[in-house]
Amino acid sequence: MIAELGHFALILALCVAVAQAILPLAGASRRDAGWMAAGSSAAVVQLLLIAAAFAALTHAFVTSDFSVKLVAENSHSLKPLIYKISGVWGNHEGSMLLWVLILALFGALIALFGGNLPPTLRARVLSVQAMIGAGFLAFILATSNPFARLFPPPADGNDLNPLLQDPGLAFHPPVLYAGYVGFSIAFSFAVAALIEGRVDAAWARWVRPWTLLAWSFLTAGIALGSWWAYYELGWGGFWYWDPVENASFMPWLVGTALLHSAVVVERRDALKSWTILLAILTFSLSLIGTFLVRSGVLTSVHAFATDPGRGVFILALLVIAIGGSLALYAWRAPQLKGGGLFAPLSREGALLLNNLILATAAATVFIGTLYPLVLEAAGGGKVSVGPPYYNATFVPLMAPLVAAMAVGPMLAWKRGDLSGALGRLKFAAATALAALAAASALTWGRPVLGAIAMGAAAWIAVGVFAELAGRIRLGDLPLGQSLARARGMPRSAWGMTLAHLGLAGIIAGAAGAALWSEEKIIAMRPGQTVDLAGYSLLFEGAESRNGPNYTSVHGVFAVSRNRTPVTKLEPEKRRYVVGGQETTEAAIRTTAAGDLYAVIGDAQKDGGYVVRIYYKPLVAWIWAGAAVMVLGGLMSLSDRRLRIGAPARRERDLAPDAAPAE
Amino acid sequence: MTRKRRRLYAVLAGLVMLGIAAALVLTALRDSVVFFYSPSDLAGKPLAAGQRIRIGGLVAAGSVAKSPDGVATRFTVTDMKADIPVSYSGILPDLFREGQGVVVEGRLEPGGAFQASEVLAKHDENYMPPEVADALKRAGRWKHADEQPAK
Repeated sequence: MIAELGHFALILALCVAVAQAILPLAGASRRDAGWMAAGSSAAVVQLLLIAAAFAALTHAFVTSDFSVKLVAENSHSLKPLIYKISGVWGNHEGSMLLWVLILALFGALIALFGGNLPPTLRARVLSVQAMIGAGFLAFILATSNPFARLFPPPADGNDLNPLLQDPGLAFHPPVLYAGYVGFSIAFSFAVAALIEGRVDAAWARWVRPWTLLAWSFLTAGIALGSWWAYYELGWGGFWYWDPVENASFMPWLVGTALLHSAVVVERRDALKSWTILLAILTFSLSLIGTFLVRSGVLTSVHAFATDPGRGVFILALLVIAIGGSLALYAWRAPQLKGGGLFAPLSREGALLLNNLILATAAATVFIGTLYPLVLEAAGGGKVSVGPPYYNATFVPLMAPLVAAMAVGPMLAWKRGDLSGALGRLKFAAATALAALAAASALTWGRPVLGAIAMGAAAWIAVGVFAELAGRIRLGDLPLGQSLARARGMPRSAWGMTLAHLGLAGIIAGAAGAALWSEEKIIAMRPGQTVDLAGYSLLFEGAESRNGPNYTSVHGVFAVSRNRTPVTKLEPEKRRYVVGGQETTEAAIRTTAAGDLYAVIGDAQKDGGYVVRIYYKPLVAWIWAGAAVMVLGGLMSLSDRRLRIGAPARRERDLAPDAAPAE
Repeated sequence: MTRKRRRLYAVLAGLVMLGIAAALVLTALRDSVVFFYSPSDLAGKPLAAGQRIRIGGLVAAGSVAKSPDGVATRFTVTDMKADIPVSYSGILPDLFREGQGVVVEGRLEPGGAFQASEVLAKHDENYMPPEVADALKRAGRWKHADEQPAK
């Protein structure tokens, strides 16, 4: 009964979304306040209905109602409660429901906190948001009804893919979706601005917090997914350039560009039509990502759907949304008036360079991801595009971005002083060279790219501090006054400082883990010892254990360094009883210098086990860097200037900054 | 600086960037794309040894042999028409089984044997890599009953 109510709520939500798509849009063109206001109420009602449907599905999972087909296929009564709940979105139908739930949540947030928006803009944003919602609700109802019943109900369920029964993955999809779907707001704002025919600094100020919020979630979601792959897949890799990873990385790249170009619109009233285009492209890439992951054209742990009807439906939605918005862009964008002028060497110029590089890098990832699909469709055979492609394209493209990253924030708006900025970066350059030299000396004979990456990370990190020092005039003023200036610094400036620092951490961590890692794969019998990267691992033995819904082989290694005991590593190989799947649970000891990573494999006839031991230098810096980056995003979001629901625009704020620098 | 001028600079910078990117992409696509073959493909037209490729098929029943140290493995990948002997050193994926589909990446050795550097993990025991399914279909060995890959 509850499942039927959920289904009914979903149908009602579709009706409300259709009304919300039409009424406010018509109201905005007729200047009918009542019709426009209807959009806000509809957005809230739509959220409540979808939330009710989601709650109904969650109820079915939690109570293990196996008469619901989805529950029977993806849950099991013995599963721990947290995985019963995460099982709601650990499948195609439920994850699409989560997708529209988050979409509706963002729509309702606009309705509730968008009181300071001009009524016509708000009405149009809500209408565009509802069009997307209606498309996806129709998709769910037509091709992937989560509430379909099964008769007769089975005694117990098929269980969730055990790889997904993991705390990291319980939160990865909602966080990632909040990012993906959050960019819909930027998209709706862009389309609404094109309909209105007006983009100004105030528009950018409204869009930026939403973009920041989505970007922070997407960053966190990607990092969670990468962390999960690192510890759960048992191969010690953190990024595989897998098409599914790329599907989330492309919107991140273009979204990052959007974040930077929106600053230019806000501060200088320039780059307006480019920013609109980026907003459209970011969400389009999110949609393409959803298509790639959900349509079954790619096979991976994410590809739940293998029904071609679904792929065609999403493809149609994609063509309408992307084609329609780009056509609107081509028609209306030329009417947007250009704003402030700037010299190539200026803050705007640097941000434009950032945009060009990020957009180009996203394009290379796009080509690498879609090339195998296109080639196969054209009958050119089956190929796979792997890490070597991305190392040869993405990495060299990012190099100038890294070089420019320390310089850009030091340039003034309008017309910057490059030699002055470089002068202030002398110390950063010296540190970078020292880091490069030290890293090459320490890792002589290993890939030189690793040492270069350490130099790049040092360059960014010290450059960030040089910029911060200049901003608070550290050294020029007494320390107390400098600290007072630091306290008075806008939160968005702190946000940038943190986000850039986080990237430095990610670069160092990724290079260390990818290029300097050491590994040993050997067969060991209890009592044997293996040495790796200065650690000595004594294999004490392995035994069978029973978990709640699995049995496992549990190995124990005593780790010591210079004869002093350090820790015990206890890797497991689990076999899930219901589905018979096996998973590898790596044992990892994390330090700032690097991770020791142990995996236990098959038992040998002679009582030994095949084990795999890795040493991954600096890998923790990746997650720490990502966390600092997200913190930067949130810090920026809390800036008074951008606060959602901040006081309505004032004319003073609107005037482009006359001062050359902040 | 006039608006036109500024736009010209921006467009030029964009074109330069795209040019560099296009050059990088084209070289990378030429050098680092890995082609997929089925055992019959290789039997039909032998490839030069040393090229990095992927092959896929079933792990032939009874073909898996481990070396005494337990780390190196030899097995045969078959599409029921042609066989390729494969050797691999390392831990096999959790779901590696005789009679199951597999995709291996590596290089062909001069004698026609395949040295695998990667054996691709499957995510679940019912799932058949699509390349393998296609290769088996082309070899006419596909049983329709298997055509429902589980979620």
